Amino acid sequence: MKKRWHKRHIEEAFFKVLMLFSFTIVIASLALILWTVVAKGLPALTWAMITQAPKGGFYMGKGGGILNAILGSLYLAGGGTLLALIFSLPVTLYLKTYLEDSRWGQIIRLALDVLWGIPSIVYGAFGFTIMLSIGLRASLLAGIITLALLELPIMTRSMDEVIRLMPAEIEQASLALGATRYETAIKVVTRQMLPGIMTAILLAFGRGIGDAASVLFTAGYTDLIPGSLLRPSASLPLAVFFLLSTPYSAVQQRAYAAALILTIIVLAISLGSRWISGRLSRYVVK
Amino acid sequence: MNDLITNAPAREGRSPRPPLISRQRQDKMTGRMFFVFSLVPVILAVVILGMLTIRTWPILRSHSMWALLAGKIWKPEEGLFGFWPFIAGTGWVTITSVILAVPPCLLTAIYLSEYARHSTRLFMKPLLDILAAIPSVVYGVWGVVVIVPFVGNTLSPTLSHWLGFIPLFQTQNPTGYSIISAAIVLAVMIAPFIIAITYEVMNAVPNGLRQASLAVGATRWQTVRHAVLPQIIPGLLAGIVLGLSRALGETMAVLMVVGNVIHIPGSLFDAAYPLPALIANNFGDMMSIPLYDAALMGAALILLLIVLVFNIVSALILQRVLGRRWM
Repeated sequence: MKKRWHKRHIEEAFFKVLMLFSFTIVIASLALILWTVVAKGLPALTWAMITQAPKGGFYMGKGGGILNAILGSLYLAGGGTLLALIFSLPVTLYLKTYLEDSRWGQIIRLALDVLWGIPSIVYGAFGFTIMLSIGLRASLLAGIITLALLELPIMTRSMDEVIRLMPAEIEQASLALGATRYETAIKVVTRQMLPGIMTAILLAFGRGIGDAASVLFTAGYTDLIPGSLLRPSASLPLAVFFLLSTPYSAVQQRAYAAALILTIIVLAISLGSRWISGRLSRYVVK
Repeated sequence: MNDLITNAPAREGRSPRPPLISRQRQDKMTGRMFFVFSLVPVILAVVILGMLTIRTWPILRSHSMWALLAGKIWKPEEGLFGFWPFIAGTGWVTITSVILAVPPCLLTAIYLSEYARHSTRLFMKPLLDILAAIPSVVYGVWGVVVIVPFVGNTLSPTLSHWLGFIPLFQTQNPTGYSIISAAIVLAVMIAPFIIAITYEVMNAVPNGLRQASLAVGATRWQTVRHAVLPQIIPGLLAGIVLGLSRALGETMAVLMVVGNVIHIPGSLFDAAYPLPALIANNFGDMMSIPLYDAALMGAALILLLIVLVFNIVSALILQRVLGRRWM
């Protein structure tokens, strides 16, 4: 029997084309972004860019690099992630092993949802206000604290997601063997979550290192390589932003190079987290 | 008996297990310690909301709510704080970006969930992760380098030439730093969110529905259209709202391409000045003018409240649709 082309078959073909087209657009935008950053950034990326701090006249096109921003960003995001981890790991374990679905657990989850949705510029404004009220100036420390606030809900949520997928039998088996909740949390749940914890840490780090709005007022900006917690610190996203807003094209080239460095760091983190969580999943009971 | 268990001789290389009583005490102490840690997010959420409200209070006392929200003139030196241009700018940018993002995202999610091979899905997941991980400044650079010239040189002249009789497409702004540029950049930024949520919601639709529809001779698209889509509408809406609230709070990428002109925009090619950009551009030098800091805190508070309502609504919907918390 010859296949007749009904309206529905045409419709099917039409939407299939439309879907493939949309799918291509999504992938093409990603490719276009990466291509733009690489094509613009690579020619401007020199050894001096990543090994030197800005020298006099850097913002008019003279020598130097953005080592101050690279180090500053690593310190800021590293400190923020560490601080966020100190709080989010206990909270996640508490939610899982002690609270389950109790009233207090729901309140904590609601609070985390609220925090998760707060835009980073609001964290920046909040961090700035806190900073002024305790007499701190724009500094590495203030930036780290603000980033930790920003990362805390991201990290906790990401861990909570993994912990929820853990088979209940594992926890039950541990408790049935006579382990206390504490022992279950530390010796069983944590090990089972290890890939999830690493993913959460790297996810939060990636967010922290790329966020400009929250460190804009709190960490300040300086040409010096950060040396003290109480001094201002440069950061990569702000370096990109400031360099791009100068009128000199030679300096704008440097913004592209800084954007490329930032993108490489973030992509490396994203890929690294996949690799690490794959490696660590051998400790996991499936 | 107890003695026998707790004081069992240590095996080679292992410390003896501590007695049960102290283990229980350890369990209780840890519980208390964890409880203290768990106070942090709750207190933080309350303090952020409280502090923004307190800091906004001075301006709420001297200006009426209506004058602030609907006021059209922003002249801090003269004590005029009309937020309307910024609220309108935020609205224009956000809504345009969602309108641009939703159709391709929905179609992509349908493709991934209903048509694509397993290998395509596996390949797409890391791509979406990367798209979500790219920092907003990098999106901003992309906007400045690619989108703004494209809008300024190609899109804006073409559309205003052919469709200029519609006010939406008229232009007096030749630069390309405009609402549409910001909306395009934002659309790409929120795409991974909308795709991921829609895909998850579609996955939650029972397969029996699809099989029943296919069994009575429907085509795949008819199955999607009549069996799957009606099921996912609440989840899709929640995903869109979540994307919307992401777009609302986005600062740097938008700030870099939107032009930052204080006026009430009337066309897609006009510049705008959204709320986050207002905060970011003026926060540093606000101290000299009275009430200026209260006004900027007010901007942050407005932003926060809108985003909060959106997030809670979409979280509630997703919880019902997926039967669990999302993310």
